[in-house]
Amino acid sequence: MGDEAPRSVAETEVDFVGIQHSERFRELKKRHRSFVFPVLALALLWYFAYVLLAGYAPEFMSTPVFGSINIGLLIGLGQVVTTFVITMIYVAYANRRLDPLAKELRDDTAKGEVL
Amino acid sequence: METEIGNPWLNIGIFAAFVVVTLVIVFRASRNNKTAADYYAAGRSFTGPQNGTAIAGDYLSAASFLGICGAIAINGYDGFLYSIGFLVAWLVALLLVAELLRNTGRFTMADVLSFRLKQRPVRIAAATTTLVVCFFYLLAQMAGAGGLVALLLGIDDRLGQSIIIAVVGGLMIVYVLVGGMKGTTWVQIIKAFLLIVGAGVMTVWVLAIHGFSLSNVLDHAVETAGNPAILGPGLQYGISAITRLDFLSLGLALVLGTAALPHVLMRFYTVPTAKEARRSVVWAIWLIGIFYVFTLVLGYGAAALIGPEVIKAAPGGANSAAPLLAFELGGPLLLGLISAIAFATILAVVAGLTITAAASYAHDIYASVLKKGKAEPGSEVKVARRTVVVIGIVAIIGGILANGQNVAFLVALAFAVAASANLPTIVYSLFWKRFTTRGALWSMYVGLGSAIILIVFSPVVSGAPTSMFPDAHFGFWPLSNPGIVSIPLAFLAGFIATISAKSKEDPAKQSEMEVRSLTGIGAEGATQH
Repeated sequence: MGDEAPRSVAETEVDFVGIQHSERFRELKKRHRSFVFPVLALALLWYFAYVLLAGYAPEFMSTPVFGSINIGLLIGLGQVVTTFVITMIYVAYANRRLDPLAKELRDDTAKGEVL
Repeated sequence: METEIGNPWLNIGIFAAFVVVTLVIVFRASRNNKTAADYYAAGRSFTGPQNGTAIAGDYLSAASFLGICGAIAINGYDGFLYSIGFLVAWLVALLLVAELLRNTGRFTMADVLSFRLKQRPVRIAAATTTLVVCFFYLLAQMAGAGGLVALLLGIDDRLGQSIIIAVVGGLMIVYVLVGGMKGTTWVQIIKAFLLIVGAGVMTVWVLAIHGFSLSNVLDHAVETAGNPAILGPGLQYGISAITRLDFLSLGLALVLGTAALPHVLMRFYTVPTAKEARRSVVWAIWLIGIFYVFTLVLGYGAAALIGPEVIKAAPGGANSAAPLLAFELGGPLLLGLISAIAFATILAVVAGLTITAAASYAHDIYASVLKKGKAEPGSEVKVARRTVVVIGIVAIIGGILANGQNVAFLVALAFAVAASANLPTIVYSLFWKRFTTRGALWSMYVGLGSAIILIVFSPVVSGAPTSMFPDAHFGFWPLSNPGIVSIPLAFLAGFIATISAKSKEDPAKQSEMEVRSLTGIGAEGATQH
C-alpha cells in the first residue's frame, strides 16, 4: 500500500451492477435503511422536542420533581439514556441482521461466484 | 483577587512529565511510519475500543471540559444543553456515516465525496471545507490554551499568554511531524483516559461533599449563586425571541455537526473494518456520555463551591471553572493534575486537527489535483509534513487573536460550518442515487459561504461587548450561530442543483459505491509490517 491512485485490489473485476441488482444485496440495503432512517428520525424528533422545550417552555422545565432535580434535568439525562439504548439496539440489530448478509456477499465476491 | 492560584512550578512540572511520557510513546509508535496509510491512518491497525477511546480523546476537547463546566457554572442549565447536543449527535455518525464511510474511503472525507462524482472539483471543494472547519476548531482550542495559562501560571498580560500559545503550537507540531496518525492516536488515548478518570474523581468528590445527592449539589449552587434560575433553562438563551432562535440554531448545528467533522471522520480510517468502525463509535458514545454526566456535576459543583461571580472574575473567565474547582477540592496538587490534563487535551485535539488538515491538503489537493494521482511515492507524505508546520503556525497566530473567547462557543461555530458545508453532501452521496457533481459543489459552497458570511456579520465578530471587534459595527445578522439558516440552505442547494442538472453521473460508479459502502467489498484492510 503506498501512494497509488485510489483504486486498489481486484474491485475492477467485480460486477458491482450485478451485485446491486441481486436479491441478497437488495435485502441488505432494505434492512439497513428500514432501521437507520426511522430510528434516527425518532431520535432527532425527541432531541428537538427537548431543545424546543428548553427554549420556549423554561417554566415547565424548571418544575421540581425530586428535591431540586427538575423536569429539564430529567429530560436531559433521559436524552443520554436514550442515546445509550439506541446504540445498543443498533449494535444488536447490525450483528444479527446486517453483518452476516454483508459477509456472505463479500465472501461470494471473493470466490468469484456469479450472484 | 489574587491572579495566581496554586503553584505555577508544580503545574509546569506535571505538564512537562506528561509531555515527556507522551513524546517517548510517540517516538516508539512512529517507527513504522513508511507509507501514506501509515502516516494518515496509522496502518489501519487500531482496534475498535482503542479507536473509540481516541475518538473520545479527540472529541472531548478543551471546549467540552473547560467550556461546558464553565458554561454550567455560570449559566446553569443552558450550559448542559451543549453536552446533550454533542452527545446525541453521535447517533447520526453511528447510524448514517461511520461504517459506510470506512467502507468507501481511504484517508479523507473527500475520498468518499468524490467517489462517484468528478474528482477534481469535488476534491477541491471538500478539501476547502475541511481546512475551514479545522481552522475554526483549532482557533477554539488555542484560545482555550491561552485562558488556561492565564489561570495556572498567573500570566495576565497578552504577551505572556501569546508566548505560551506559541509553545503549545510548537509542541503539537513536533507530535504530528514525528508521530503521524499513530502517535497522535496514542496521545489521544492516554489523554482520554486521564481526562475521564480525572473528571470522575472530581465528580465523586463533589458528590461526597454533598452527601452523594445531586439535589444537594444543586441546592448549594443556588445558595452560592443567589439565583434559583440556574437550575432551569433560559439564563443565557431565554432573554428574548432572538436568543431563543439562536438557541435552536445552536441545537441544530451541534446535533448535525459531529458526523461532518473531518477530524472525526478521518479517525474511522484507522481501524481495519467497518465493524471495528462501529465498535469505535459505540465506545466513543459510552465514554463521551459518561463524561458529560460528570461535567454536569462539576459545573454545578463549581457554582456551589466557588460561585459564578468569582469564576467570571478569575483570569481565564468561564473557562477557569474546572481548574478552580480542582483547587478548591484538592489544593495545588489536584489543580496541577487537572490543568496538566486540560493542557494535554488541547495538545491532543490540536494534533488531531492538524493531521486531518495536512492529510486533506496533501492527499486531496497535492496528490489528487495538482499531481493528478501521479505523485511520486513518498512525496505525498513529505508534503503532508510540510503542511503540518504551516498549519501549526496559522493556528498559533489565530489562537493569539482569539484568546479570551469562550471555547465552547467557538467550537459551536466550527460545528455549524461543518454541518452546513459537509453534512448535506455526505448524506446525499451515500444515500441519494441521482446526486450529481453539480449538487455537491453547490451544496458545499453555499453551505460554507452562507455559514461564514452570517458569522462575519453576526454579534460574534462585531457590535457586542463580547465580540472579537467590540468597537466596530458592521453586523446585520442577529444570531450568533448561523446553523438554522445555513444548514437547510445547503441541503436545498444540493437538491435543486441536482434535479436541475442536465448531465448525469456514471451509474456504474453509483453501483460500485453503494455495494462497497454496505458490504465492504474492496475496502482496504490493515497494513502488514
